[in-house]
Amino acid sequence: MNGLRRRFLAPAALVMGLLFLTPLVIILVYSLLMRGTYGGVSSEWTIENYTRLADPLYLIILLRTFGMAGAATLGCVVFGFPLALFISRAGARKNLYLQLVILPFWTSFLVRTYAWMFLLRDTGLINSALKALGIIHEPLPLLYNNAAVFVGLVYGYLPFVVLPLYATLERLDKTLLEASADLGAKPGETLIRVVIPLCSSGLRAAALLVFIPCLGAYLTPDLLGGSKTVMVGNLIQNQFTTARDWPFGSAVSLVLMAIVMLMLMVIIRRGGKELI
Amino acid sequence: METVLELRNVSKTFPGHVAVDGVSLEVERGSFFALLGPSGCGKTTTLRMVAGFDDPTSGDVLLNGMRINQLKPYERNVTTVFQNYALFPHLTVRANVEFGLRRQRVADVSKRVADVLELVQLGGKEDRVPAQLSGGEKQRVALARSLVLQPEVLLLDEPLSALDPNLRKQVRTELKGLQRRTGITFLFVTHDQEEALSMSDRIGVMHKGRLEQVGTPEEIYLRPKTRFVAGFLGAVNWIGGVGVRPESMRISRGHPGDGKRCFDATVVDSMFLGNCLHVQMSLANGERAVAEVSRLENTFQTGDAVHMWWHPGDEMRLPREAQ
Repeated sequence: MNGLRRRFLAPAALVMGLLFLTPLVIILVYSLLMRGTYGGVSSEWTIENYTRLADPLYLIILLRTFGMAGAATLGCVVFGFPLALFISRAGARKNLYLQLVILPFWTSFLVRTYAWMFLLRDTGLINSALKALGIIHEPLPLLYNNAAVFVGLVYGYLPFVVLPLYATLERLDKTLLEASADLGAKPGETLIRVVIPLCSSGLRAAALLVFIPCLGAYLTPDLLGGSKTVMVGNLIQNQFTTARDWPFGSAVSLVLMAIVMLMLMVIIRRGGKELI
Repeated sequence: METVLELRNVSKTFPGHVAVDGVSLEVERGSFFALLGPSGCGKTTTLRMVAGFDDPTSGDVLLNGMRINQLKPYERNVTTVFQNYALFPHLTVRANVEFGLRRQRVADVSKRVADVLELVQLGGKEDRVPAQLSGGEKQRVALARSLVLQPEVLLLDEPLSALDPNLRKQVRTELKGLQRRTGITFLFVTHDQEEALSMSDRIGVMHKGRLEQVGTPEEIYLRPKTRFVAGFLGAVNWIGGVGVRPESMRISRGHPGDGKRCFDATVVDSMFLGNCLHVQMSLANGERAVAEVSRLENTFQTGDAVHMWWHPGDEMRLPREAQ
C-alpha cells in the first residue's frame, strides 16, 4: 500500500522538486557566491551578501516594506469587511456584486496599475476634475509617494479580503444575529459583539492573504511610488537588473522568504492551523 | 386576569403564499400558551412577528395594550428561545447569559446571572462554552439567557424538538415548573399535541395560517370546533357526523343497553400495543372504526361479530361542519 502510494505520488514529487526545490537551491547557492563582473556569479564563496543586509540602508527598506504591507493589510480589512458584509446581505444581487469584485482579475494587474497612474498623475482625471471645478489651481501631488503605493496595494488586494470574508459571513448562523437583537443589542452592537468575533478566523486568513504578497510587491511601488518608496521587491528586482548583483538579490529574496516562513510558523503554532 | 399580549387580525404574506391569515388572540399574563399546528401552519411566523423578526403585512401586535408593530426586536421586551438555541459559540455560559444584561447596565449582574443559572440548574458550568454542553444543557442556557432579562413574554420556538425523546418528557415537566416559579408568560410553539396538552394553560390550534380554535387543553381535545382540530389532537372515528375518540369507543359481545349509541360491527383486526389493544372494526355500511380497549377486557378475534358503542356524552359534535 505504502509502496503503491509512493509510486503514484512520484510524478507530483518530481514536478515539485523540479519547479520549486531546484530554483530555491539555485538561489541559495547564488546567494553564497560573489557577483560576477558582468552579472551572473563568480565561483568564490562568501557570506558577505547576508552581512550586507545589516546596512541601515537596507534595514530601512525592510522596515518600510513591513510598514507598507501592514498598512495595506489594515486598509484592505477596513474597506473589505464592510464590503463583504454588504454583499452577504445583498440578497438576490449577491452574485452580481461578487462578479464585480472578481471582474478586475480579467485584465492584467499591470494595466490596472497604469490606470491608477492615469487617475493620479498631475494631468490625470482627479487633478483635472478638481482644477476644472476650481477647487485647486496647482495639481495635488497624488502620484509617486507612499499614499499612491498604499492606494495601489489596497486596490490590488481588496478582492483577496472580500472573498474569504464573504465566505465566512455567509456561513454565519443568521439566527445568532436574531438572538443578539432579541437580547436587546442594536445592529452596531451585534456587529461588534457577535459578527466580528465570529469572523475572527476569516479576518486573520484574509489579512495573511494580503500581508504576504504585499511584502513581495514590486510592481505597485515601482509604478506608483517614488524614489522614497522603494520596497524589498524593488530592491530585489534592482539587484537582478540594473545593479547586476545576482548574489545579493538572491540573499535578499531568501531573507524575505525566511521571515515569511517564520511568521507563518508562529501563527500556526499559536493555533491558526485553520488559516492555511 | 389581564392580557399581556394581543394579536389583532394579524396577517403575514410572503411572495406567493399567505403564511398567517387574520390571526387574533389574547395571552393572559403569567400563563402558558401554546400555538399548536403542523409544520407550515404559520405558528413560527406568528411567533417571529411577536419577536419582531418579521413585520405583519396587516394587523396589530400589542404588548401591554401598546401597539409594538413598529418596534425593532431589540426594542421589545420579549425574548426568544430558538429551536437550535442560537447560543453564541464564542462566549461562555456566563457571557451568554450576561449578553442582554450588559446592555441594560443593571447593577447586580453577577447575582442575577448566578440566580438564573441556579434556576435552570446550571450552576458550576459558567465557564464552559456551548460546544462543551449537552443538548439539554444548551437548552437551559438558552432559557437562562432569555429569562434573566425578565421579559414580558418568553417566546419558545419548538424548544424540545432538538432533544432526544427520552429527555423530552422530563424537560416538559421542568419547563412547566420553571414557568410557574418565574410567573413569566410563555408563548410556546409546537407541532406535538402531547406537549401542548401536557404543559399549556391555553392552546391555539393553527392550520393553513388560520387560528382554528383557542381554548384550554380539555376544551380543545374534548370539544374541538373543527374537524381539523379534532383530528390533529388525536385519532377520531367519524360515524354519522359525530366524532368519537378511540378511547371512548367500547366493544361488547352483548347489547350494552339503552341510552347508548350502538352499532353492529365486525372485528377486522386486533393490535396489541402493550398497555392497550387497538381493535379495528368494520360497520355494516363498510365504514371503519377503531376502539382502544384495555387488554384486561375480552380479547377479540378477527371476524367476531360485536356491538360497538359509546356514551352520548363522549361524542364530539362540530358546531359547523368544517371539511
